[in-house]
Amino acid sequence: MKKRLDSMELDFFLQQLITGLSNGMIIALIAIGYTMVYGIIELINFAHGDLFMLGSFLALTVLGVLGIDAWTGGGTWLGVLLLLLSSAAFCAGLNWSIERIAYRPLRASGKLSLLVSAIGASFILVNLGLFWGGLPLDVFAGGVAAAAPKDFPPLVPNTNLLGEDSLVQLTPKDLLVLGVTLPTMLALTWIVTRTRLGKAMRATAQNPVAARLMGIDTDRVIGATFLIGGALGGFASVIYALYNNTISFQMGYRAGMDAFTAAVLGGIGSMPGAVAGALVIGLVRAMSDGYLETRWTNTIVFGILVLILIFRPSGLLGSRAKEKV
Amino acid sequence: MNTLPTIVAAWLSLVIAAASSAQNGTIKIVSSLPRTGSANAQTGTIVNGIKMAIAEVGGKIDGYEIAYEDWDDASPQRGNWDPTVEAQNANKAVTDSSIVGYIGTFNSGAAKISMPELNRAGLVMISPANTYSGLTKPGLGEANEPAIYRPSGKISYFRVVPTDDLQGAVAAEFVAASGAKRVFVLHDRELYGKGIAEVFERRAKELGLQVSGMEGIDTKAANYKSLAQKVKFSKSDAAFFGGTTQTNAGQVAKDLRSAGFLGTLVVPDGCCEEAFIQAAGANNLEGNTFVTFGGLPPAELTGRGAQFRDGYRKMFDADPEAYAVYGYECARVLLDAIRRAASKDRAGVLQAVAQTKDFDGALGRWSFDANGDTTNRVMSINAVKDGKFVFVKRVGDAAAGGAAKGPETPSDAAAR
Repeated sequence: MKKRLDSMELDFFLQQLITGLSNGMIIALIAIGYTMVYGIIELINFAHGDLFMLGSFLALTVLGVLGIDAWTGGGTWLGVLLLLLSSAAFCAGLNWSIERIAYRPLRASGKLSLLVSAIGASFILVNLGLFWGGLPLDVFAGGVAAAAPKDFPPLVPNTNLLGEDSLVQLTPKDLLVLGVTLPTMLALTWIVTRTRLGKAMRATAQNPVAARLMGIDTDRVIGATFLIGGALGGFASVIYALYNNTISFQMGYRAGMDAFTAAVLGGIGSMPGAVAGALVIGLVRAMSDGYLETRWTNTIVFGILVLILIFRPSGLLGSRAKEKV
Repeated sequence: MNTLPTIVAAWLSLVIAAASSAQNGTIKIVSSLPRTGSANAQTGTIVNGIKMAIAEVGGKIDGYEIAYEDWDDASPQRGNWDPTVEAQNANKAVTDSSIVGYIGTFNSGAAKISMPELNRAGLVMISPANTYSGLTKPGLGEANEPAIYRPSGKISYFRVVPTDDLQGAVAAEFVAASGAKRVFVLHDRELYGKGIAEVFERRAKELGLQVSGMEGIDTKAANYKSLAQKVKFSKSDAAFFGGTTQTNAGQVAKDLRSAGFLGTLVVPDGCCEEAFIQAAGANNLEGNTFVTFGGLPPAELTGRGAQFRDGYRKMFDADPEAYAVYGYECARVLLDAIRRAASKDRAGVLQAVAQTKDFDGALGRWSFDANGDTTNRVMSINAVKDGKFVFVKRVGDAAAGGAAKGPETPSDAAAR
């Protein structure tokens, strides 16, 4: 009897571990968008969470228009790939445009104007999402209730890969999250550390004036950063939708908040830091929900953030804060 | 280019015609309901119900013109009712002396804000949808409830729906009758959701059910997978969620099912709307999810209620949502009071509403009791089939303990 109980406790722990890691990886993809932008122009891009939200609306629209569903068979995976690509392209383009229209003209006028501009962009995107959800499409239930959460069809099945009898669930959904996040992270690391663009990005982040003097087109580099960050937000929006199966025009706020917290926790500006921070948040949330009570979860997450910032102001993996002159 | 003058001329002639036919002037009634956001699907049909009741009396009572305004108490930022907007509405109503009746609110939390304001002004308020017990019943809410809502010492708030203490109890009786032994209780930490969850918990314990957990959720979370696993691992065979579609009931249901929790899930009337099925996904609800509702679904209405349903279909070319009939009933009881009132002012109408007795309504024959509550206690339990709500059984008929009589198990219901 004792033994049985122990194995159940272990099962429960493993389950929360899986859930926490999956949630954490989704946060990580969004967090990178924050941290990259901050690293290069020191702007907290408040519109990023809402950009992510619009990505999921695009995915649901594409899915509805093309009639992809869970029963398209092998075509489903092709459908998922299509959703990933279309949302990534859409979010990248939108993020680039926002930078071009709302941030670039203000870059010389101080951080505060940029920040306010970002908050404005965020409001515009949220209302765009509200409008979008009211479109008369079948996938939006005819758009009668624009603000209502939308059901996202379960393209990726919820079958338990460990067998239907197992209490612990590992589903294709969890594998999808891992399968999208891990290669993306590796590719990103390669871009930043090994390519000319990556080198230019690092140079611009370190000292934009010097980078320009060395012949780097900093405007182009910053534009590219927004493109990449947006594309990651697009990937995140699709796996979020496939993992949670619900989207809503308000989801960008909470997702953005979690991701921003992750970026700060890991050391804002540091990409490995953002990933580490996101995994910590995902795991802490799962464990707190599982072993304590849900109502304490936010308190614990932000309590940890406060503690880390007191004892390690540059975050988990952040470099020593260097004063920019 | 000449359409605008034409419209203006037509409008003017209408106004003049209206003014000349109403020798005695105009009486105004307003409603304050969340018209922005996902509750709109419900509140839209409530407003239709009100309009229908006014149309039935020809928009006139004793030579007084009945003017009606449909106010929104939600804001786009919240996508839900907003305390600031509800407070503004209450103020606006109080300062316009031609307003003699205030129909609202949809959310119990919103009622808490406007009730004292309107009470001070002696303006009658009738709610089609508030179910939180503490608004009217002493001893069921906070210690200072309901006195804080009645600063004038008089009762000016009435409602036509049975309260949560009845509905939560009915839900617990249903779960007990289904043969469940352990139940996990979740709520959204809001006035309505937490209130009904506490009633459920108390009644469940009385009935000998084991409550394996009671937790408030984070309504803005992306998912509840961790919590859902906790429910599954608790070996509970039933769960109750006190909350609404707006507080993420859809995601809760979805994550419970995807975690592999297959027990009975019961949710209260805050989820009794199409938007809940949309948010949760119909196949996550089929067979083992039940929705309690403080009344009967439109299809089960009889007598005057059936007349309402048919009239509604004819007038709006659509089926009424569950709450439409309550909007209709509110407006009818208010119009009836205006007709009976000796003086057609706030004091007269308030007195007439309070004296409502054996009202022949669409919900049956009922009265307002000393607290301002309806004596009507008919409720229903509904399930989801093919993406639509289907009626399972009628409960709560007899005033006390009637709900436990001859219960049907959820599996019986699912078999239909």
